Amino acid sequence: MKLEEFQAKKLFREHGIPAPEGIMVTSAPDARDASEKIGFPVVVKAQVKTGGRGKAGGVRLAGSPDEAQEAAEAILGMDIKGYTVERLLIDPALRISGEYYIGITVDRKRKIPVMMASASGGMDIEKVAAETPERIIFQPIDPHRGLRGFEAKKLAFRLFSKKKRAMDTSFIMVRLWQCFNDLDATLAEINPLALLEDDSIMALDAKIVLDDNALYRHPRMEDMRLPTPSDQKELGAKSHGLSYVQLDGEIGCMVNGAGLAMATMDVIKHLGGTPANFLDIGGSSSPEKVVHAMDLLVSDPNVRAILINVFGGITRCDDVANGLVQALSGIDLDLPMVVRLTGTNEEEGIRILSERGINALKDMTGAAREAIRLAREGGGAR
Amino acid sequence: MSILIDGKTRTMVQGLGRDGSFHAGQMLEYGTDLVACIHPGRGGSSFQGIPVFNTAQEAVEETDAECSVVFVPAPFAADAILESANAGVELVVAVTEGIPVLDMSRVVRELDELGTRLVGPNCPGLISPGKSKAGIMPGNIFRQGPVGVISRSGTLTYEVVNQLTLAGHGQSTAIGMGGDPVVGMKYNDFLRLFDRDPETGLVVIVGEIGGSDEQDAADFVSRNFSKPVVGYIVGRSAPPGKRMGHAGAIISGAESTAEAKVGFLRENGIPVADTVEQIVELVSEGLGGRN
Repeated sequence: MKLEEFQAKKLFREHGIPAPEGIMVTSAPDARDASEKIGFPVVVKAQVKTGGRGKAGGVRLAGSPDEAQEAAEAILGMDIKGYTVERLLIDPALRISGEYYIGITVDRKRKIPVMMASASGGMDIEKVAAETPERIIFQPIDPHRGLRGFEAKKLAFRLFSKKKRAMDTSFIMVRLWQCFNDLDATLAEINPLALLEDDSIMALDAKIVLDDNALYRHPRMEDMRLPTPSDQKELGAKSHGLSYVQLDGEIGCMVNGAGLAMATMDVIKHLGGTPANFLDIGGSSSPEKVVHAMDLLVSDPNVRAILINVFGGITRCDDVANGLVQALSGIDLDLPMVVRLTGTNEEEGIRILSERGINALKDMTGAAREAIRLAREGGGAR
Repeated sequence: MSILIDGKTRTMVQGLGRDGSFHAGQMLEYGTDLVACIHPGRGGSSFQGIPVFNTAQEAVEETDAECSVVFVPAPFAADAILESANAGVELVVAVTEGIPVLDMSRVVRELDELGTRLVGPNCPGLISPGKSKAGIMPGNIFRQGPVGVISRSGTLTYEVVNQLTLAGHGQSTAIGMGGDPVVGMKYNDFLRLFDRDPETGLVVIVGEIGGSDEQDAADFVSRNFSKPVVGYIVGRSAPPGKRMGHAGAIISGAESTAEAKVGFLRENGIPVADTVEQIVELVSEGLGGRN
């Protein structure tokens, strides 16, 4: 679960990391009021869960109440990489003399958290990593001991030679680890970590991604969830034990298992079609899940044909087929559909489906080809 | 031969809930040497003739179990893995899905210190066809043979194996290593074992978007591996930044895309299939007529 900047900054401040005391608003008049409260100049920042908002025009400086209101009017409702801006953060604009980067994530290769630091802050750190990897320094963190003061100090002195700056930064680093660890984050990032003209160090941006698997022990974080419309559909799916990601293609896919679901989408693309979604109904596919999954596919207006791909393993294909028949009998479907069933007792499963007039195949490529053909024929034009 | 488990591997199951008890029964039926089950509060009873213990320590002391398959719910699973490792088992297979990543980071660290091997979490486990199964794979689609299979997925592994079996290519050991960002053993750990296993003639690597494990595997294969390898990578149609079901399957950098992985494998001399059907063709070529 990604947090927005204003939420992440609040959590940073709670952990003793200095960050500007801004105000989150959702309307232009409120932006005006907030800017007057803070004092000018202010910076008006789009709150979206994606990078690159500065380039998209989602961050503006304002020197007066009118400018703040104008900036807010321009940014609210803006589309940034598919996210509509609904919230703004009004922060005091500070005088900066240097931009740095610090972040913590879990290093999959080392299987432990790692702190990254760079004097090339303010930029896209992925780009820095790809183009000038020598400008990022790494400090592995023992997950039992945490980031220790001397480790942070060693890193901080590679960013700053002056003692005060380095020591202030090392304290922020240790607190960032504490924040990361306390919240069960998978990413905690400050970019830029700014050196201000008064020689203090401050987090001017904040990014936190929480581990979905650990939310059960952080009920307060669940209250911070601010779903966007597409998130809402994905969250609704999750409550039924489904994993759903909407894309913009025309073949609605329903598959048991995440890997097989990706393989199914790939085959569709390989054959020149376009998948409308990722949808994993889980290892064991109960009739209720199939009904909910079908609702999701049908509610996507781009879908022109449906492809169901199920591997019958422990649950044999004949049982899966009977479950599908039961689930599909309750649905009034006006879209063409192909079922691909394979695994244990596949012949029997396909016979059961075919007898009920369901288009059933055992070959994945063949089924994908058939779904693409049906979508093109316009049988599902709505 | 096979790797990690065979017909003599003394195995126990941790967590006799709905899934654990079902799969303990399936493992018994498959021929796994199931010697103990662990379920707090049910110590002293038995499950299908197998003794049940309250703790892993008692189970290991009484039965000399060497492998444990964990079905314990996510909030308690990390501790269950540590419990078995500290009781002295050599291999823990964690089927449980949804364990927090920082828990796993701490667990993996401790297991490394103890010298305990870990497969998973969030994995279907492993199977040495005709010998033993430690996990939830559907036993009847597997046949004994020369192909080693390593995958990050569940049903996709079954799909691949089913096609291999139908084409007459049996398997030495098939492993689902798990779909989480932090897992125990990875491709290279299994490849090292497959290299020494005389029964294994070829290895299929089934990969997906996220991380760079497949690149590490390709690098390892090009330097240290003496047998043919076939690759298959899913997620070519996945958009960046979206998690495709598995917690680990998310494009977060240039190297974690399917294209980057396919390219890297091919550069290192590993043929990569575009579809599951093509895996079978490449395996047939790689084995050169040996089944």
